[in-house]
Amino acid sequence: MSTVLTAPAEQVTEELRDAGQPLRDRGFRWLLFAALSVGIITLAVLLVFVFSKGMPRLTPTLWQNMPSIRFPDKAGAQSAIMGTIWVIVTTAVICLPVGVMAAIYLEEYADASKRFNRIVEINIQNLAAVPSIVYGILGLGVIARALMLGQTVITAALTLSLLVLPVVIISSREAIRAVPQSIRAGSLALGATQWQTVSRQVLPAAVPGIATGAILALSRAIGEAAPLLLLGAVTFITFNPDGLMSSYTVMPIQIYNWISQSREEFQILAAALCIILLAVLLLMNGFAIYLRNRFQRRW
Amino acid sequence: MTTTALAPRPATIGGRVADPTMEMRGVDVYYGDYQAVRDIDLPIARHEITAFIGPSGCGKSTLLRAFNRMNDLIPGARVTGEVLYRGVDIYAPEVDPIEVRRRVGMVFQKPNPFPKSIYDNIAYGPRVLGTSKKDLDDIVEQSLTRAALWDEVKGKLDSSGMALSGGQQQRLCIARCIAVNPDVILMDEPCASLDPIATAKIEDLMRELAAEYTIVIVTHNMQQATRVSDRTAFFTADVDDAGVRHGRLVEFAATPELFGSPKDPRTEGYISGRFG
Repeated sequence: MSTVLTAPAEQVTEELRDAGQPLRDRGFRWLLFAALSVGIITLAVLLVFVFSKGMPRLTPTLWQNMPSIRFPDKAGAQSAIMGTIWVIVTTAVICLPVGVMAAIYLEEYADASKRFNRIVEINIQNLAAVPSIVYGILGLGVIARALMLGQTVITAALTLSLLVLPVVIISSREAIRAVPQSIRAGSLALGATQWQTVSRQVLPAAVPGIATGAILALSRAIGEAAPLLLLGAVTFITFNPDGLMSSYTVMPIQIYNWISQSREEFQILAAALCIILLAVLLLMNGFAIYLRNRFQRRW
Repeated sequence: MTTTALAPRPATIGGRVADPTMEMRGVDVYYGDYQAVRDIDLPIARHEITAFIGPSGCGKSTLLRAFNRMNDLIPGARVTGEVLYRGVDIYAPEVDPIEVRRRVGMVFQKPNPFPKSIYDNIAYGPRVLGTSKKDLDDIVEQSLTRAALWDEVKGKLDSSGMALSGGQQQRLCIARCIAVNPDVILMDEPCASLDPIATAKIEDLMRELAAEYTIVIVTHNMQQATRVSDRTAFFTADVDDAGVRHGRLVEFAATPELFGSPKDPRTEGYISGRFG
């Protein structure tokens, strides 16, 4: 430090001269960019492939007609689209309140220094990493058979709720934790109870974050096929669900069904339905981003 | 925590207070095993401003939060001894901390308006207390008027409280505090983040509020203490034999007396800028 300060001007000029970015820096930069490219290229190839294959069949018959395994030109996926809507809405109704309430408990009420709560925390992280097929087995054994709910919309929704619950809890906790402590202190110092503080200050401030996490969790649920394979969605369904105890199928399963047909026309049909599923997913993600930007707060 | 040798209890607690609104008797505050503040006896006089001064880390803010049980919110924090509010120990098991905080309000170091409109910031306290809707407009106007903010915000009550300047935000927080009509107002360095003009406004406001409220203020600014307070308590951090710091009350007296003729050499050293 002191040598620089006392050095003659020419020497300082020499020391400060820009020698260009070292080779190693540039190499590392390219390596990082290459890593990023893997994801982007994969997505681009996937989109191009699906769109070029499915576009010709992306016609109103796809959402107006019921599936058929004999007439690919007349086949549609209305029962799968309606089934997905039934299952996802029911899933949202079940898992969002439960997940948000669990998150509130962990963030606002639980004593983090207690051993029990630390174990709960670690286990929620673990649950988020459990393969979805395992939830399918759980759903089949406990919800479909032991609770005798059968192969119905409610069974699927309960199973998917269990599957995404850890994600909802974790993202809601992060949103709740992001609300500054000073807001809670301000509320409590006015004589508000803890419940009033949580319901009138913390939750409203955390809603954008919670909503974003919830939509991303539901986006995961909407694309799940594995657990539902075990839960009866695989059967050939040519009617829309009419209630929670109705049989059903969903888009990923219908795609799976068509793909496994040998005739080329069904492959195209599957690609067309993939476009719809992707569009729904992108819409949900877009809505999550919109919510995040629209309600983003600066403290 | 074992008892360790410390300087003797301050003998120079002046400023005898008749009929104090609040009073600490033998109060210690712990964070876990750490005794942050040791053995405080201190009365808070009604409708006066009591200032807490002292070097950083001497436990002034910790002690302030013991007056309305805000320390309860910190895991591991514990208060022993008696903190009396009108003769009742607020740490007694049958006392509800919520009720204490309704009577002993608080203004924080950093302005912390709620992310809501100016109106809703003020109305929040009365609402959680169950005040009926038709009275809210009056309460909001009165509170903002008493906090000397009404003229600046009366046309934009629906805009966000967070859009105000720092000084306005702090007056909003004071208005929010008096909207629930507390008996005592605790202020934790309320001007620490404000410029001199905003500070002057808050100080004027405090003098006006002292007619109706009992105020305790923590400040690092000794001029502020001399300008606004009626009595001053000087704290310092004593280091015990084990090298652990404990906040202690050194001297408590009427403000002119404490600054004019301090009885304890440590007080004199601090106010004349020799240490701290």
